[in-house]
Amino acid sequence: MTRTSWAEKVFRYVLLLVVLALTVGPFLWQLSTSFKSTTEDVYTSPPRFLPAHPTAHNYAEVADIVPVWDYALNSLTVAVASVLTNLAGASTAGYALARLRFRGRGLAGLAFVAALLVPAESLVIAQFTMMRDLHLNNTLTAVVLPGAVGALNVLLMRNAFAGVPREIEEAAVVDGANTWQRFTRIALPSVRGTLAVVAIFAFMGAWDDFLWPLIVLSDSERYTLTVGLNFLHGTFQQDPRLVAAGTVIAVAPLVVLFACLQRYFFRGAGEGAVKG
Amino acid sequence: MARRDVARRDVARGDIARRRDIARGDLARRGVRLHHPVTPWLLLLPGLAVLAAFSLFPFLTTVRDAFTDARTLVPGHWVGLRNFRDMLRDEQFWVALRNSALYVVLVVPFTVLLPLLLALLVHKRLPGMGFFRAAFYTPVVASVVAVALIWSWMLDDRGLVNGILKALGAGPVSFLGDSWLLLFSAMALTVWKGLGYYMVIYLAALANVPRELHEAAAVDGAGPLRRFASVTVPAVRSTMVLVGALSSVSACKVFSEVFLLAGPTGGPAGEDTTLVMLVQRTGTGLDGRVGYASALSLVVFVIALLLMLLVLRAGRGGNAADREGHR
Repeated sequence: MTRTSWAEKVFRYVLLLVVLALTVGPFLWQLSTSFKSTTEDVYTSPPRFLPAHPTAHNYAEVADIVPVWDYALNSLTVAVASVLTNLAGASTAGYALARLRFRGRGLAGLAFVAALLVPAESLVIAQFTMMRDLHLNNTLTAVVLPGAVGALNVLLMRNAFAGVPREIEEAAVVDGANTWQRFTRIALPSVRGTLAVVAIFAFMGAWDDFLWPLIVLSDSERYTLTVGLNFLHGTFQQDPRLVAAGTVIAVAPLVVLFACLQRYFFRGAGEGAVKG
Repeated sequence: MARRDVARRDVARGDIARRRDIARGDLARRGVRLHHPVTPWLLLLPGLAVLAAFSLFPFLTTVRDAFTDARTLVPGHWVGLRNFRDMLRDEQFWVALRNSALYVVLVVPFTVLLPLLLALLVHKRLPGMGFFRAAFYTPVVASVVAVALIWSWMLDDRGLVNGILKALGAGPVSFLGDSWLLLFSAMALTVWKGLGYYMVIYLAALANVPRELHEAAAVDGAGPLRRFASVTVPAVRSTMVLVGALSSVSACKVFSEVFLLAGPTGGPAGEDTTLVMLVQRTGTGLDGRVGYASALSLVVFVIALLLMLLVLRAGRGGNAADREGHR
């Protein structure tokens, strides 16, 4: 294996820094705007990146105008519920599909694949009518339900379980372990990486979803953060500082969560979970 | 080691393997119940229930409603193909179809190629690469609403991008004031937000490309570009097809980026409306035309399905040609 030459290293790091500026730069610009005081001109040319007199005032003010913290709590409720239902539902279904033999297994697997072919966007109107008939419109339950067990997550879990060596489970069978014990004590601990990937996907999906909560929630008290921010955008575009503070509140928790779990995420994704 | 010892070891190995086979056969022959027949269905129940209730059932309702004149509070009557005939006469439908089609055509090539280049950049083991990978994923993690708000502020007439342009001596560009520039801005936003997502998919594929191939090509005197074209691209071809399928389907049902940059009415005179925006606008609200919106939803579904088949078919054709070439 040839060693990376000095020139190539420099070239690669320069490119990496350029991409870093393009991908993370906008977030930093927004963060900086959110700390600029009302006396500071945010429209200077050339643009000034660092706030002259950093202040947290915008965060207090945005919360005065729009109940962002309540919206964040709604989003958190929805996201945590979605993570729990997806972890439970996708791992049990994935285990059954990968490890148990039964009549109708192929058909059940096919149902999840078929579900991937139907875009959620083409179902929202029917889902909306259905939630109305169930008297669930305008509730957080209605926001969670359609994504409670994602078909993609079931398939990810099935692939992960299929990759666990059979011998370990056979040994457990000989030792007299029942299905539930094999599932919880042997299979689940072996696929922690994929569980982390499913958890991250479920959390992000629920926290970031926009179209469905926009359709199903009508009462502004029940808004999730994304729907509430859209409202903020429309009403207070005049002051970018406030919008910036609102977006930082929406983005920061996810970035922190992802930073903590990214080790598992990249390992889980690299383990072949997303293979073509 | 004496030949006898080796032979004895081999016998022992065979023995273990045979015993294991016998044990396995025994389990099956004696009909040891590995699980109760109901167990798989109990495990599948939550997943299948959600699937049936929130995908299958709404899908059937959508198909049914597409042929009725249902409104939000009024159950509809059967009207046959009228919704589809109305669609052909609906100017907004053609605008939306054009915008969604443009979206696919312009966004997909970039999402197939740029993330691959990015994956090659972060694939190399160098210090700090873990940080760069995670950092490049940030736009994927951030919600599309937040990201659109950031970009609408940056693309504002007095925003960062125009600030930089002005500092460089170029005039301000009204990115969000012109319907075409707005659509292109939304596309750029989509590409930008998807970079990290597709990069991870490519990283998984690159991990399976044998290093020896690159080394052999390098020994043969192939430069980086040549190696990219003759080693990397063929090796990740099936992944490129997958990314093409995923990104074309998501581009044809684009909603949030355009909705957020252009506003609920789809920009000046609704010129930036996309198909899903039209579904949302016509089908919701107290007087939503559920029937018409369902017909539009069906169109979105059919287009997504056709795109998927088309891309996969193109990919299979390419792979077949590949195999021919190797023979």
